[in-house]
Amino acid sequence: MNITVCIKQVPDPNQPYKLSGTRLDREAVQPVLDPGDEFGVEAGLKLAEAHGGEVTVLSMGPAKAMEAMRRALSMGAHKGILVSDEALAGADAQATAQVLAAAIKRNPFDLVIAGTESADGSTGAVPAMIAELLGVPQATFAKQLEVKEGTLTIHRQTQEGYDVVECALPAVLTVTSGVNEPRYPTFKGIMQAKNKPVEQLSAADLGLSVAASQQVAAVNPAPARGQGEIFEDDGTGAARIADFLKNAKVI
Amino acid sequence: MDFAFTPEQEEFRRTVRAFAEREIAPRAGEIDERGEFPVDLVLEMGRLGLFGLPFPEEYGGSGADFTALCIAIEEVGRVDQSMGITLEAAVGLGAMPIWMFGSEEQRRSWLPPLARGERIAGFGLTEPEAGSDSGATRTRAVLDGGEWVIDGSKAFITNVGTPISQHVTITAVTGESKGRKEISNIIVPVGTPGFQAAPPYRKVGWHASDTRALSFDGCRVAEGNLLGARGEGFRNFLAVLDAGRVGVGALAVGLIQGCLDQSVAYAKERRQFGRPIAEFQAIRFKIADMAVAADLARLAVYRAAWMKDRGMPFKREAAQAKLFATEAAVSAAREAVQIHGGYGLMEEYPVARFYRDSKVLEIGEGTSEVQRLVIARELLGSG
Ligand SMILES: Cc1cc2nc3c(=O)[nH]c(=O)nc-3n(C[C@H](O)[C@H](O)[C@H](O)COP(=O)(O)OP(=O)(O)OC[C@H]3O[C@@H](n4cnc5c(N)ncnc54)[C@H](O)[C@@H]3O)c2cc1C
Ligand SMILES: Cc1cc2nc3c(=O)[nH]c(=O)nc-3n(C[C@H](O)[C@H](O)[C@H](O)COP(=O)(O)OP(=O)(O)OC[C@H]3O[C@@H](n4cnc5c(N)ncnc54)[C@H](O)[C@@H]3O)c2cc1C
Repeated sequence: MNITVCIKQVPDPNQPYKLSGTRLDREAVQPVLDPGDEFGVEAGLKLAEAHGGEVTVLSMGPAKAMEAMRRALSMGAHKGILVSDEALAGADAQATAQVLAAAIKRNPFDLVIAGTESADGSTGAVPAMIAELLGVPQATFAKQLEVKEGTLTIHRQTQEGYDVVECALPAVLTVTSGVNEPRYPTFKGIMQAKNKPVEQLSAADLGLSVAASQQVAAVNPAPARGQGEIFEDDGTGAARIADFLKNAKVI
Repeated sequence: MDFAFTPEQEEFRRTVRAFAEREIAPRAGEIDERGEFPVDLVLEMGRLGLFGLPFPEEYGGSGADFTALCIAIEEVGRVDQSMGITLEAAVGLGAMPIWMFGSEEQRRSWLPPLARGERIAGFGLTEPEAGSDSGATRTRAVLDGGEWVIDGSKAFITNVGTPISQHVTITAVTGESKGRKEISNIIVPVGTPGFQAAPPYRKVGWHASDTRALSFDGCRVAEGNLLGARGEGFRNFLAVLDAGRVGVGALAVGLIQGCLDQSVAYAKERRQFGRPIAEFQAIRFKIADMAVAADLARLAVYRAAWMKDRGMPFKREAAQAKLFATEAAVSAAREAVQIHGGYGLMEEYPVARFYRDSKVLEIGEGTSEVQRLVIARELLGSG
């Protein structure tokens, strides 16, 4: 199986973020492999272990994104592709998807794995766009997955529970956190990652000239969560809470 | 001069730190309170390759070096000293003698399960009557029909009474030559008839680390379990301790760093007299001193590890690092509790555990006094 895992380097989501204009200030915070993408890497490694084949990690980002790439390689991915180009700075989700799809298309592939949404941009739009551009089915929000005889079957997380979704390979798959337990790199893995091949591509190498079609007009902080309603229990507490939840259409 | 870790060492440190914070820290309080050796957690550390760091891959190791081991001990020790000493003793004292003195056949049969972190082993030097004077060994081993017959006892031995303990390598008197005791090392597998580990001691600290007295009563093991040359056992064990001391130093660095991190966070959060206590100079100075201690101890420890990895003599540097780092750790724990006030004595706060865990650092693998003896002997010759 040829598996490509899309990984993004993001400012450490455990640190407070800083804005510069309408964009994240990426210098201010230590960049890390998006924790959500560790699940994608783990899913790819597990499938390659079970079915044979290679895991390629693919990222579009600044040259510094090589660190996130090494991290994924030290977990066990076999090789990397880093698309890095000044011309791509400020790419929106669509431009990102065009670049990633073009890089994936260069080689035969069975499965493309991505996170459900990134920790920074978090549009959640890139994977679906990649599937469209590649002309393959997408199976998203997997909390459990299996590949058998060229068919991918997932449990797709929904608000009520899960749907069982099946599709033929090649396909695009997105995984939720919780689909597996990402392994920690071993010392051996870290040392080996140094020598694993990483192909570096520019937009021109992919025959692309892409531009953002979206503009971020403004960035506003999410409204702080208001104080909840407090019910003092005078014997009728349970009934009042039940009414409250019914009004909110939760039950 | 170059004081930087390599990018790979930094990445390894981040990985062990993430593992320690996610997997060990949440359980540290509970295993301490219950005095429980957490087999599953130790096996997980094994899967991460921590127990095989200084050993080649062909023996199940990770093919790293002693410096990497010190990084791992420090980062584990920063959140939990019990798991830190479990790692340090398993590698530095349990597996290391096999690696250093084992024949090819002995390395192949004893080392891989240890290096892979599936089993652990112990080092039986101390006896009730032979502590700092560890050459005063009374345990005896006599050859009889191709087997060693061992009688005697050991005190305060780490890692031998757990469900995954494989063996203990002991010092035993195997004869006398020119009026001097001949001391040799013998590997005794757990489960050998006549060999027993007593119930665990009730200790002041290191509650989740396994420490027991051992007894040998007509215990018979194969003649081939002799490790290293006959009569070289005492000298060989002292060589093992040189490296072990650097490992204990790394454990002490972890404790100081843990105290520092906890104290910085607490001082910013705790308010008295209308402001965070971090604004009081008395508190700021304690924290400054703790940072100095962490850094100096770290420099001493990694210099000694670096020398060892380069095959340079490092006996004095190891003793100095152990002495300085462990004494600094005891001070750091005391001051960290002071910064926490009454809460520092409550078991909900990790510094309370660090306080109990710190003292043994000045005692195990050679007391502070013994380190000073070693350092002075290197400078002045035998006194
Ligand atoms: C408010 C805001 C601020 C932004 N600020 C910046 C900024 O400062 N700098 C900047 O470069 N971009 C910035 N972006 C753009 C954003 O990072 C891109 O839109 C991004 O490349 C794709 O969108 P996303 O992060 O929402 O991906 P999502 O669709 O949420 O990501 C889902 C999955 O797609 C894959 N994926 C996404 N992006 C990549 C990638 N680049 N390489 C490989 N796999 C990927 C990953 O598997 C990821 O888990 C910003 C976007 C927004 C909305
Ligand atoms: C939790 C724990 C785990 C341990 N694990 C192991 C293990 O795995 N394997 C093992 O072999 N041992 C182990 N030990 C034993 C440890 O190494 C000894 O406790 C230590 O070497 C001191 O020996 P002692 O306790 O007999 O003290 P003593 O030697 O009786 O010392 C008492 C005091 O006298 C001082 N003193 C002794 N001689 C001199 C001198 N010549 N000059 C100045 N002062 C002196 C000492 O420094 C000390 O202050 C462990 C101990 C503990 C507490």
